[in-house]
Amino acid sequence: MPRLRVTRVLMYLLLIALALFYLLPVYVLVNNGLKSFQEVSLSRMWEPPSAFRLDSFAKAYARLAPNFRNSVLLVVPATILAAALGSINGYLLSKWKFTGADVVFPLLLFGMFIPYQSVLIPLVQFLQWLGRTLDIRLYGTIAGLALVHIVYGIPITTLIFRNYYATVPTEVVEAARIDGAGLLGTYRDVILPLSMPGFVVVIIWQVTQVWNEFLFAVTITGNPARQPVQVALRNLAGSQIIEWNVQMAGALLTALPTLLVYVFLGRYFLRGLLAGALKG
Amino acid sequence: MAIAASLPRRPARLRVRRDYALSALLVTPSVLAVGIFVYGFIGWTIYVAMSGWNSFLPDLSFVGVRNFVELFQTPRFQIDLRNTLVFTVTFLLGCLGLGLLLAVLLDQRVWGEGFFRNVYLFPMSISFIVSGTAWQWLLNPSTGVNLLFEAVGLDRLKSPWFTDPQIAIYSVVLAAVWQMSGFTMAMYLAGLRGIADELREAARVDGASEWQLYRHIILPLLNPITLSAVIVLGHISLKIFDLVFAMTGSGPAFSTDVPGIFMFETTFRGNRFAEGAAIAIVMLLMVATVVIPYLVWSTRAEREA
Repeated sequence: MPRLRVTRVLMYLLLIALALFYLLPVYVLVNNGLKSFQEVSLSRMWEPPSAFRLDSFAKAYARLAPNFRNSVLLVVPATILAAALGSINGYLLSKWKFTGADVVFPLLLFGMFIPYQSVLIPLVQFLQWLGRTLDIRLYGTIAGLALVHIVYGIPITTLIFRNYYATVPTEVVEAARIDGAGLLGTYRDVILPLSMPGFVVVIIWQVTQVWNEFLFAVTITGNPARQPVQVALRNLAGSQIIEWNVQMAGALLTALPTLLVYVFLGRYFLRGLLAGALKG
Repeated sequence: MAIAASLPRRPARLRVRRDYALSALLVTPSVLAVGIFVYGFIGWTIYVAMSGWNSFLPDLSFVGVRNFVELFQTPRFQIDLRNTLVFTVTFLLGCLGLGLLLAVLLDQRVWGEGFFRNVYLFPMSISFIVSGTAWQWLLNPSTGVNLLFEAVGLDRLKSPWFTDPQIAIYSVVLAAVWQMSGFTMAMYLAGLRGIADELREAARVDGASEWQLYRHIILPLLNPITLSAVIVLGHISLKIFDLVFAMTGSGPAFSTDVPGIFMFETTFRGNRFAEGAAIAIVMLLMVATVVIPYLVWSTRAEREA
């Protein structure tokens, strides 16, 4: 059927055209990041570089490296602890529904939708107060920012794990109970060994979120040396004196970690994404 | 195992009841943390919004709804609300339309489906700050896509983009749709894959064209997905901040200003904490209007299931 073949060709053309649209910003970032400083020109944005030069990347990296370190120091604890809490909560709220568990869960969930502006002023006051009266230095530090990401990460990690454990048959838990295992024993011996896929989804989700987050980062860490990489990139890109090819190289470097996670573990990334829509 | 079952250390029922109490106890730290950091802080923000704290020094004297009244009379905030409406509507239409198109295309047993899907979805994995930086240059009137249009002879499509107050907000919408449409695609594609092949076959046997099949059978089945996507994307667009902040800021004549930007500048640059808190509470109310019915609906649906 020739008519069918024509529609298929048109379909592929459309798919390719749309793919080019999605790749446009990547091309611009890579292309101009690789040019030498002499070659960079606004009017030749799309022309490929005559020779690949890593000067812009080197310069961007020199400026962003301390902030990269901060982001790593932020992401690791914020991810591990939020995932651990989510796993325990998800287990309790799906397999040990105490009276009121069905009220607690939606109340927790609401926390993942709020605009964080609505908690920002008390949050800053609270962290400053902790430093002033108890000498717990959380305001202006990566540790403080990590705590914030752990607490506000609890709703989504709990949701993903709760939906994940809902797929574990209740009979499995009951069988363990008959064998004499208590709540904690069942978690350790039965649930935890089954949890790997859940942890992968949650960890990828939380790493991406925390790495990419900006509002908390910019309000809680004031000192440039303590800022995560997104804030540093914003300062770099908002600067009038930094060459724009360095800005583009910086943007690409900042995007690289989550981009790599996506390229290699995209399947799990997608699952976390869809869990955000409440459908596990 | 037989011995453990026949010789329980204590009556099983008592132990189970103890475990339910332990369950409530173990969930308490998280509940307390979220209780303070979400509900407690929201309560405190409401209190600040009703105080006279509009300078660097805290002043928690109660002034009632005065800050809200003044806020709604502020021209900048009126512009912000209009921008939010325009942004949300066009952003949703863009994401739903493009997402559905991509999903339907990918559902036609295409060669290289995985590749295309990954390309459409990858922007979701990068930050708004990164994409704002890239699009700021792509839509810079003296370079970027304007050069492309020029090169292919489509000079008529050249645009001042975010430098023109009339269309600046649509430049941000374009970047936002680029970043988030993969999400709707993924949701629709999951929905399409969930529709039984027998249903399609039955419709084809009955003589339905592909168009009729989609129009009358498949699209109506995707309605719940559209609803979920509208809630998730809608609440993101009501609180959008990073992308605008990185790409255009307030824009010429506040043409890309949104409540998130206004709140941030008022509070942390202008030290007008009560006014900033009032903006934040309006944002919260907008989001809550969209999200709370959805939360109630989905928890009820789950309980019935």
